[in-house]
Amino acid sequence: MTDVVATNETILVVGGGISGMTAAIEAAECGKKVVLVEKKPALGGRVSQLYKYFPKLCFPTCGLEINNRRTKMNKNITVLTMAEVTAISGGAGNYTASIKISPRFVNENCTACGACAEAVDAEVDNAFNYNMNKTKAAYLPFAMAHPQRYVIDPSIIGTADADKARAACKYDAVDLDMKEEALDLNVGAVIWATGWAPYDAAKIQPYGYDRYANVITSVEFERLMDPNGPTGGKLLRPSDGKEAKNIAFIQCAGSRDRNHLTHCSRICCMASLKQSTYIGEQYGDDENAKAVIYYIDIRAIDRFEDFYKMVREDKHVSFVKSKVANIMENRENGNPVLHGVDTEGYHRYANEHDLVVLAVGMTPNADIKAVAPDVKTDVSGFIQVAEDNGGIFGAGCASNALDVNRAVQNATAAALRAIQVVNGVAGTEA
Amino acid sequence: MADMKIGAYICKGCGIGDRLDCGQLGNIAQREGKAQVVKEHDFLCNADGVATIQADIDNEGVNHVVIAACSRRAKVEAFSFENVAIARTNLREGVIWSHPDNGDNQELVQDMADDYVRMGCAEVAKMNIPEPNENRGSNKRILVVGGGISGMTAALESSKAGYEVLLVEKTGELGGMAARLHKKVPNVEPYADPQDTGVAAMVEAVNASSRITVHLNSTISRTSGAPGQFSVDISTESGSTATENVGAIIQASGFTPYDPASLDKYGYGKSADVVDAVGLEELARAANGGAIKRPSDGKEVKSVVFIQCAGQRSPKDGQLPYCSGHCCNTSIKQAMYFKDANPDVDTVVMYTDLRTPGNGEDFYRSAQRKGVVFTKGWPMEVGSDLNVKFKDVILNEEVAVKADLVVLATGQVPNSGVDIEAEGEAAANSQEVSILNLDYRQGKDLPHLRHGFQDSHFICFPYESRRTGIYPCGPVRRPMDIAQAVEDATGAAMKAIQAVENASQGRAAHPRSGDLTYPLFRKEGCTQCKRCTVECPFGAIDEDEQRYPQFNEGRCRRCGTCMGACPVRVISFANYSIDTVGSQLKAVDMPDEFEEKPRVLVLACENDAYPALDMAGMKRTEYTPFVRVIPVRCLGSVNTIWVSDAMNSGYDAVLLMGCKRGDEYQCHFVKGSELASTRMSKIGDTLQSLNLEPERVQTFEIAITDVDRVPQIFDETMKTIEQIGMSPFKF
Repeated sequence: MTDVVATNETILVVGGGISGMTAAIEAAECGKKVVLVEKKPALGGRVSQLYKYFPKLCFPTCGLEINNRRTKMNKNITVLTMAEVTAISGGAGNYTASIKISPRFVNENCTACGACAEAVDAEVDNAFNYNMNKTKAAYLPFAMAHPQRYVIDPSIIGTADADKARAACKYDAVDLDMKEEALDLNVGAVIWATGWAPYDAAKIQPYGYDRYANVITSVEFERLMDPNGPTGGKLLRPSDGKEAKNIAFIQCAGSRDRNHLTHCSRICCMASLKQSTYIGEQYGDDENAKAVIYYIDIRAIDRFEDFYKMVREDKHVSFVKSKVANIMENRENGNPVLHGVDTEGYHRYANEHDLVVLAVGMTPNADIKAVAPDVKTDVSGFIQVAEDNGGIFGAGCASNALDVNRAVQNATAAALRAIQVVNGVAGTEA
Repeated sequence: MADMKIGAYICKGCGIGDRLDCGQLGNIAQREGKAQVVKEHDFLCNADGVATIQADIDNEGVNHVVIAACSRRAKVEAFSFENVAIARTNLREGVIWSHPDNGDNQELVQDMADDYVRMGCAEVAKMNIPEPNENRGSNKRILVVGGGISGMTAALESSKAGYEVLLVEKTGELGGMAARLHKKVPNVEPYADPQDTGVAAMVEAVNASSRITVHLNSTISRTSGAPGQFSVDISTESGSTATENVGAIIQASGFTPYDPASLDKYGYGKSADVVDAVGLEELARAANGGAIKRPSDGKEVKSVVFIQCAGQRSPKDGQLPYCSGHCCNTSIKQAMYFKDANPDVDTVVMYTDLRTPGNGEDFYRSAQRKGVVFTKGWPMEVGSDLNVKFKDVILNEEVAVKADLVVLATGQVPNSGVDIEAEGEAAANSQEVSILNLDYRQGKDLPHLRHGFQDSHFICFPYESRRTGIYPCGPVRRPMDIAQAVEDATGAAMKAIQAVENASQGRAAHPRSGDLTYPLFRKEGCTQCKRCTVECPFGAIDEDEQRYPQFNEGRCRRCGTCMGACPVRVISFANYSIDTVGSQLKAVDMPDEFEEKPRVLVLACENDAYPALDMAGMKRTEYTPFVRVIPVRCLGSVNTIWVSDAMNSGYDAVLLMGCKRGDEYQCHFVKGSELASTRMSKIGDTLQSLNLEPERVQTFEIAITDVDRVPQIFDETMKTIEQIGMSPFKF
């Protein structure tokens, strides 16, 4: 049974991606007690699935390593993984949060030696690679996962594979009888940092995401570049595994659109600019390697303008001001064909590419309304800053469409708002 | 201080016991490592293993602990013991996982493990248990410099958390640039109309707060000290000065609107009816909801053209190369000032890219509904008759539109004080007035990042500023709008509060959060060369009257760059010193020249290179068993004595592995990797004078993702050693 000490001076952070981790760490390093609840088996969230960050083209592992270290070393933070918040009641300074912990079937004895994964035969979809490949049913979520503990997928419980996993473990870490747990925590403030999900590209009917193999999303494309990804770091396209050299990026796929998401998701222009640099990284001077960005406005805001300037000078990259009307497929070679009008001069086009990357929009993740119905969100689902929200604060992409840097600023601000509440409880405010 | 008693604990789990002779390791710990307590355990990180160690600490007087098991990055919570010195010997990722049994490497792998145990015992013997610095400051008051939206937000949010605030404002009024606005861009649903700026309410709240003391007409004439104990002189124009003590500083000095004087091509200065964004706000405030009137003749404006990116996103001299982020939304708001008063006024926004991210899109849509026209066009010229000629990019033709008023959407220029890194002419010609007047040897203000802004270089750590305890926020750090400035200022308040809380306990800030160690300086040996002072990336060291370095420990980030710089080695930290690393490398059992077992010393930065090695181990990537890896806090902390000692001890090569350097540096201590590289290039001469090949010492930039590259570098090093031969310094 999981034992957690929490009082109404404790801050509950829901979501262990970069925003949640930041909010938890900043509050804890200020001396506050924090419980960090993460639905997945490991912390890190969506940024751990990125190959590089814009605009520095640096690796997310660097910041993740430091945040993991700060989390590990801080006794003020209790991390609960495989955990979700099912209900919140009360008011600022005195909430009761109900938490459900799903069974991992692996306990704290795990040393991440990997013996269970070797022993097991069954495979499951690899969520870390957006289900583009499979992983063993006993697995470590990703190489830098913290907690560094394996997971056994529920689908093999009761099968011979589960027994193989248990037999292979020398540390008595496999517990096939693990049950779902429920616990109630008394906390003073709640930071909701559940992040975002990519908009469901299948809903954009004219783009054929659900019909054409070589139309993929930006987050899927990102995994292709990662050496830990489904193609070992090569830009191989789904239909036939051939190298994708002529790549189209369609901006605002599902955003800025009354039919889909009305808001602009902010990050997609910079993300596509970043991903267009991958073409040069992968193919060097190959003249046939091209990235074409179909855009409405390039939103490389404020200091990001430097990056846009750099990409404009990249001879692999070109820009077409056009909202692509639809995508068809060349049946002979599986190439997607983009149809639309280049609005600068009004030329119709039918452009064939090897691969199409949809820069899909951002939707805020979990529905906080199901858990705390009075929390004010806007029409897109983002949590607003409002007095009525009491001691519940949004952080990161749960509060707005943000890039990593702004999300971390926002999460740091959320940590202070939570501290204001618990300091009030402690009487150190008044 | 109690007598040192070393306890060495050898874990046999994770395959260590199967692969290695743990009995031999135990003997080495006892005989060579001088460990008085030596224990083996099948599963050291479990409750029983941890309890065994704790019992020895509590009851047997063990106060220096060697844990020979997994990497220091694993099982951190399990192996954290209070009030003892701990050395983690990496037998798992560092030895057995990265050296799988290939049939004939058993002896070499055991050699590695033997050496690592020797190193762990040697290191722990030189470690002292850190105590918080007695000179720490406990002032918890927050100073906010600048009384605009950013400064007022930082002040209010700090006060709401229970902290006292000093707010210093240069002009006679709070409110900053935002006070000059008629309305602001909406940040609440339905994001459709301009809303009240909220400045008046905020000013009232600041003035009403018992915790916030406001100094108007004041600037900071001197800042000295460190987090928890800053001393600031607050001076008024009339010459009076008050000296106050504060714990942390938030710099919210804001921006100055770009001076459009050079934009005469767009009519500025040629006609009174060409105004900039600030000028339009003044007209709107004068109109107060009614029709906006032309400056020249007072007639109502019937058609207005907004020219976006005016003097911005431009490579031209004297113009701004960046985008100011808010101006598209601002022009939409201003267009609405006209439309809301009179829907028949023609409003045209001429843009290159319309930048309304997030819920700005709803605001943009609302403007379209109100009849604002958006044209993608490149302005060519505005005549004194306000005929605006431009290239319509969509129609692909040159067009002209006649306007009653033209608004130039100009940008933000940060009030970032003196550019302390400017050199030569730029420095000599600088007109900048210092904001903080830091009495720091390294300069009066915070360094600029790019284009005069004082942003953090790190994406994941926006508050990692270059001066400890001082946090820039708002448009001074990057161009931004009011909504972002409020968030940024709240975040800065969080960091300032955290800084004062930690300073009072002697704890370091990020990235070495919680570190109690601080530079210990043996003044008698100092030659006053000032290398430490100049090379400190954070300006933590000043100079005293006798020209000795003066350490302001509260400003220190504990990277050890000063320790690496010191040619006479008088700087150290309680648990990290010339000796803790030096004794490790000397503890290695050096085979003689006939045994054909090279030894390569690897000094690996703990932020990127050491994790990359761990990851290689996790992946079971095999690499040569001839390396001996010592983690260091930063390559900047690497003292050349370690390299010369290694050479004298018979190592065949020394590899320094650290974070990326250059413009897109990844080093969290800014120049660590670069400094190491420079210092090592100077060592080249020394090596040659000893008849040693310069290739024996190399520096590499490593990222955590270089999991495959690091073993390759090791292989290449072994090949180099084969070519140039083993070190002649072996016995």
